[in-house]
Amino acid sequence: MEIDPFIFRLSIFILSIFIGYYVVWSVTPSLHTPLMSVTNAISSVIIVGAIIAALAGTSESIFNTSSIFGFIAIILAAINIFGGFLVTQRMLQMYKKKKDKKK
Amino acid sequence: MISANLAAIFYLVSGILFILALRGLSSPDTSRQGNYFGIAGMIIAIVVTFLSIGNFSTSIVYVVIFLVIGGAIGAFIAFKIPMTAMPELVAGFHSLVGLAAVFVAIAAFLNPAAFNLGNVGDIKLASLIEMSIGAAVGAITFSGSIIAFLKLRGIMSGAPITFSGQHILNLILGIGIFVLIFYLCKTQSTNIFWTVIIISFLVGVLLIIPIGGADMPVVISMLNSYSGWAAAGIGFTLENTALIITGALVGSSGAILSYIMCKAMNRSFVSVILGGFGADNSTDDKKEKKDQKPVKSGNAEDAAFLMKNASSVIIVPGYGMAVAQAQHALREMVDKLKKNDIKVTYAIHPVAGRMPGHMNVLLAEANVPYDEVFELEDINNDFANSDVAFVIGANDVTNPVAKTDPKSPIFGMPVLDVEKCKSVLFVKRSLSPGYAGIDNELFYKDNTLMLFADAKKMTEDIVKNLD
Repeated sequence: MEIDPFIFRLSIFILSIFIGYYVVWSVTPSLHTPLMSVTNAISSVIIVGAIIAALAGTSESIFNTSSIFGFIAIILAAINIFGGFLVTQRMLQMYKKKKDKKK
Repeated sequence: MISANLAAIFYLVSGILFILALRGLSSPDTSRQGNYFGIAGMIIAIVVTFLSIGNFSTSIVYVVIFLVIGGAIGAFIAFKIPMTAMPELVAGFHSLVGLAAVFVAIAAFLNPAAFNLGNVGDIKLASLIEMSIGAAVGAITFSGSIIAFLKLRGIMSGAPITFSGQHILNLILGIGIFVLIFYLCKTQSTNIFWTVIIISFLVGVLLIIPIGGADMPVVISMLNSYSGWAAAGIGFTLENTALIITGALVGSSGAILSYIMCKAMNRSFVSVILGGFGADNSTDDKKEKKDQKPVKSGNAEDAAFLMKNASSVIIVPGYGMAVAQAQHALREMVDKLKKNDIKVTYAIHPVAGRMPGHMNVLLAEANVPYDEVFELEDINNDFANSDVAFVIGANDVTNPVAKTDPKSPIFGMPVLDVEKCKSVLFVKRSLSPGYAGIDNELFYKDNTLMLFADAKKMTEDIVKNLD
């Protein structure tokens, strides 16, 4: 009997939880705020689903009920992607060592 | 147009880049590089999605337009937002992830053929369960984050809102969602799908309103975690590995942060979720006692004199510093002290502020080198050997009662041993108790000098007096 592809995805999911567990514990506490903003940005990879939904409309009706939800989701996720990565970058630029400051 | 297999491999690459993005945060030196990995992962995921659909009809123009609109709004916010507003920004961003998850789930439910999930009214069972869980968690994340945002922004009072039967109501609604999802699978009814989403919105609101302001670090981390699980749910629906990996990473990241925050308050996760903490501070006898006890209060001149004659000073910042935006004035003060060869370090309690790492970001903004900033366990022993502790905007995290009085609601919470310093300067607006509603013994100690003023104004006055 073949293994259901769902089981493979579940395996990826569970292994990723473990990776997340070990990676996040090694994050230094002083960077917990950038951690939150960057996780925010990467979870917006949900835009992938939004793009599929938005492109599902036919050329006669680009905006049908389903694709409109996709288009709105694109805006929401894009705000998050750009906002999340840029604000993280802005924060990380501020973390400097003593040496850098005196230059 | 690329094959589904090739696309899957690229999604895996973008998932790995996201892992590296988080890995980079283990040290400030590697963090910036990590962020670029994250951006690269995102670009790969988006480009591969376009290529794998390969349907370059006119709709793609609109997709790009919407992408640019959202991106411009996001970039504008990212550059304009003051660092003190980070907690509400993060809460706001969480709500967007949640809502995006809900909308993608709705789109998939209305047009399952586009996602290879079957047809309307005949969606694959597993997909239906996955998308309804994704939608429900997304909806809870959305409305919960909105409430957290309103509380942090001060639009809504930070005080917990409780009513009788609250927890039973939440329980019933929670079970209701599962029952409805069960019937949804049997009937494929659109109405039930909408009902699940509406009830989930309601649960999100009910879940967050009873939680008070100072528990916000836990709430934000928890919502962070939820937004990850919602993304993972959608990832299963879309059979997309990038989304599954990211969802799992974000979900466990938020869960770990919630755990760290709970531990720093010596409270169980359950008790934070049930909320109501700090609501009933109607202990009148305590208030009476407080009025009778003598307090030594001083002015900026006294504080400047004390610090000038010290050889080591430890700064303890808290939420009050963020509210008063005193971080820049504080740095100025520290620069003056350093010129006089006084050793200055910063002590940060994990729950100081309104989100994990809140104080660190504010100090970094004020150009404080991160190697002068220490966490609770690394610096707590130094208080006994230091001359002055300068407490600015913190309160409960310094209260010795957490070590001495088993009856106190904060008993057992790890606190900074500020009272062991030779003298303590306490910048505070008034004698009012902190968030936990407990009087701070520290105010009445002989070696404590209270500086009653706005944190920023007091710090600026001290700077003047240090000349």
